[in-house]
Amino acid sequence: MNWGSWSEFWNMGGHGGYVWSAYGVTAALVVLEVLLLRARLGRARRGSSSRRVRPARAPGGQGG
Amino acid sequence: MAESSPPRTGFHLFRYAAPPEFFRLAGRAVPCFGVLALLLGGAGLYLGFFVAPVDAQQGQVYRIMFVHVPAAWMAMFIYVVMAFWAAMGLVFNTRMSAILASGLAPTGALMAFLSLWTGALWGRPAWGTYWDWDARMTSTLILLFLYMGFMALHSAIDDVRRADRAAGVLALVGVVNVPIIYFSVQWWNTLHQGSSITLGKAPSIATPMLAAMLVMTFAFWMYCIAAALTRARAIVLERERDSDWVRALAGEGA
Repeated sequence: MNWGSWSEFWNMGGHGGYVWSAYGVTAALVVLEVLLLRARLGRARRGSSSRRVRPARAPGGQGG
Repeated sequence: MAESSPPRTGFHLFRYAAPPEFFRLAGRAVPCFGVLALLLGGAGLYLGFFVAPVDAQQGQVYRIMFVHVPAAWMAMFIYVVMAFWAAMGLVFNTRMSAILASGLAPTGALMAFLSLWTGALWGRPAWGTYWDWDARMTSTLILLFLYMGFMALHSAIDDVRRADRAAGVLALVGVVNVPIIYFSVQWWNTLHQGSSITLGKAPSIATPMLAAMLVMTFAFWMYCIAAALTRARAIVLERERDSDWVRALAGEGA
């Protein structure tokens, strides 16, 4: 175990800002990519597209 | 582009090159890769923060390595895989090849950006600067631009088959940059340090650090496979939206 306390852990030997900016942005962008991919796959699955509106066949096609 | 479904009897290698089969199979594979990425990521973070000891020279800030190195490796590796599929698409004119190349590009760009971002945050405390026009950093920046150029060129051409070919040629030309990145620390004696591990040589870092780095690399690898396959599935649906099987899929999902 490397850390005596949580504050020691977050402090990272005085370099907490660098370490947590690196990990934080990595985590945030990975989560963002997952959310964007889910939205894109969901849109594609509903058969809608930005380029063309399909004939009004599907009921309740509110999904843009 | 209607295609008869492949024969159901016996194993047929190119069956999975057909978009509906790819969509179905990748849909079953993605959750497996996602779960593996989460498990390996949890284990890697535990090893990296709680098992790996403090570095004698750099102190705690070296722990940025456990995201920096996997991101940098994946950025290079994904580019090679993307160029491979682009080449397959150009040579054999198979539809799934170009879709896989397009599915990989944004995730590769993300990895290239993350390697630069985490490298800058590591460089400042370690070397006293966020950025330098060092050989490795410059060639990694070019890698990011190559990914962005691939995506921009692809989206700038309306005809999707022509977009595949033009972006595929760009991907192939840009692949010369990958060995330049890899060997840059040997060819030019600039700021960036040498490799921590080289095939066939003993690693220059302690075992728990190496374990954390490798486990994190596998976590990133599994994540990138899941992300690229999901994007490729979405592209399949977008390109085949007028086909019967995609219409049927949209119908049953409503």
